[in-house]
Amino acid sequence: MLVLEDVYTHYGKIEALHGVSVEVRAGEIVALIGANGAGKTTLLMTVCGNPQASSGRILLEGRDITRRPTAEIMRSGISIVPEGRRVFPGLTVEENLYMGGFFNERADNERGIGRVYELFPRLKERGHQRAGTMSGGEQQMLAIGRALMSKPRLMILDEPSLGLAPLVIRQIFEIIAQLRDDGITVFLVEQNAHQALHLADRGYVLETGRVRLQDTGLNLLANPDVQNAYLGG
Amino acid sequence: MHDLLYFCQQLINGLTIGSAYALIAIGYTMVYGIIGMINFAHGEIYMIGAYTALIAITGLAALGIAWLPIVLLVALICAVIVSSSMGWAVERVAYRPVRGRHRLIPLISAIGMSIFLQNYVHLAQGSRNIGFPALIEGGLRLGGDERFQLSISWIQITIFITTFICMSALSLFISRSRLGRACRAVSQDLGMANLLGIDTNRIISATFVIGAALAAVAGLLLGMYYGSVDPLFGFVAGLKAFTAAVLGGIGSIPGAMLGGLILGIAEAMTSGYLSGEYKDVISFSLLILILLFRPTGLLGKPEVEKI
Ligand SMILES: Nc1ncnc2c1ncn2[C@@H]1O[C@H](COP(=O)(O)OP(=O)(O)OP(=O)(O)O)[C@@H](O)[C@H]1O
Ligand SMILES: [Mg+2]
Repeated sequence: MLVLEDVYTHYGKIEALHGVSVEVRAGEIVALIGANGAGKTTLLMTVCGNPQASSGRILLEGRDITRRPTAEIMRSGISIVPEGRRVFPGLTVEENLYMGGFFNERADNERGIGRVYELFPRLKERGHQRAGTMSGGEQQMLAIGRALMSKPRLMILDEPSLGLAPLVIRQIFEIIAQLRDDGITVFLVEQNAHQALHLADRGYVLETGRVRLQDTGLNLLANPDVQNAYLGG
Repeated sequence: MHDLLYFCQQLINGLTIGSAYALIAIGYTMVYGIIGMINFAHGEIYMIGAYTALIAITGLAALGIAWLPIVLLVALICAVIVSSSMGWAVERVAYRPVRGRHRLIPLISAIGMSIFLQNYVHLAQGSRNIGFPALIEGGLRLGGDERFQLSISWIQITIFITTFICMSALSLFISRSRLGRACRAVSQDLGMANLLGIDTNRIISATFVIGAALAAVAGLLLGMYYGSVDPLFGFVAGLKAFTAAVLGGIGSIPGAMLGGLILGIAEAMTSGYLSGEYKDVISFSLLILILLFRPTGLLGKPEVEKI
């Protein structure tokens, strides 16, 4: 589905990724964990072409997207729930969803919104509320809903549980599991390593811009190094 | 009685000029809302709209076409097409290449574009002012007696109605249409819109084109109202409209409408009760006061500095 081959990314002169290779196979949930500043967001954003990789290759369903502009990449079956959610604060819930399905036929949007409201009944009650006035959890649901609107085959999520109450976090993880059941491939960045690795088929550990470990989720959970560094011993 | 009539007369004059300011102010506010930059060439785009309309009117007269609706329609269409293309080209040439650089760079580029356009018109059309045919003459006289009557000219009425139609159409477009929604989304988070697959450059172009089209409408209307144009035609009007945009809250479309009307009325009252020479003083004093005490403008939202 998604393959990164020896990807380097720079911010100006600063090198944030030093040759990262990652593979996400169709139908999987792949978790990427790592400390603050390890380069997790950078890796996800490099897939989206913003910033672009300075060398290496990124393949999406076999097509090379390394040098494609962001807008074009994001129209080819991939969508993102970015760090910090980034819902459009002045748009209503419904308008945010329409933005997610910007390139859909009208009928597809009606159906898509119905489906998002099924997943998140809370959003339905708030359809005409401005997104900026909603709680963090509701905004996160909206960000996921918006990403679903384009009917992606691959969904990228950057720390969807950040700053949320445990109950809401559990709900978000349930939804992510359901995405996989619906046939959507998931590439997930999480600080919440324990829950993420439990859920994930496979995981990668990123340390200062390099892949340190890769294994199945359960093996990583059992790995003493991972336990010490990311699971609180 | 006379006092009241006189006041109403100033109010009408103020609303006329104010609605034209509002039309021009939309261009400043939309572009600022979306890329956080003041389009200093916008006044020139308005001026070019007025010149284009004049050329079209002159051309039609030479062809012997004098039926008013046709003349106005053709002048309007020509002005809108030329100004919109100009707005589009200005963005491509002067703004897009320097977007995202240090904020002084686009500013300088914008001022350069403005000087270039002004001087181009100087060369092409001469620096003298050229008479603009009134086309819509006459008006209504109401109330009062032989000493003072309230007068509303047809051109004033045309300006109100046209502005009202344009503003309503714009509001509907922004609030209801798919592209309007995208404009709002891009102005709130351009990077995120890009991450949804939206070609944000096209949305930016669209805001320049919409702003320029409205400025062209104002160019035709004010050309007829003032009765002449010159290459500096856009300079003062541009500053005024910019003031209106800041007054209402730059980035806010209702703000631009409100700011335009308030500014127009303030100017008309100053001319009517003090002297015409003070009207520019008033508008720029308003600008300074608002920047000092409420930099976000009347309807603007407090937010981090964008430019
Ligand atoms: N826009 C930027 N300009 C310059 N440096 C950046 C930029 N974004 C990130 N960096 C740097 O790149 C490195 C990786 O940052 P990144 O945001 O990818 O980390 P992260 O793993 O997502 O961290 P967190 O868990 O805090 O979200 C950091 O050293 C950061 O300072
Ligand atoms: Mg991050």
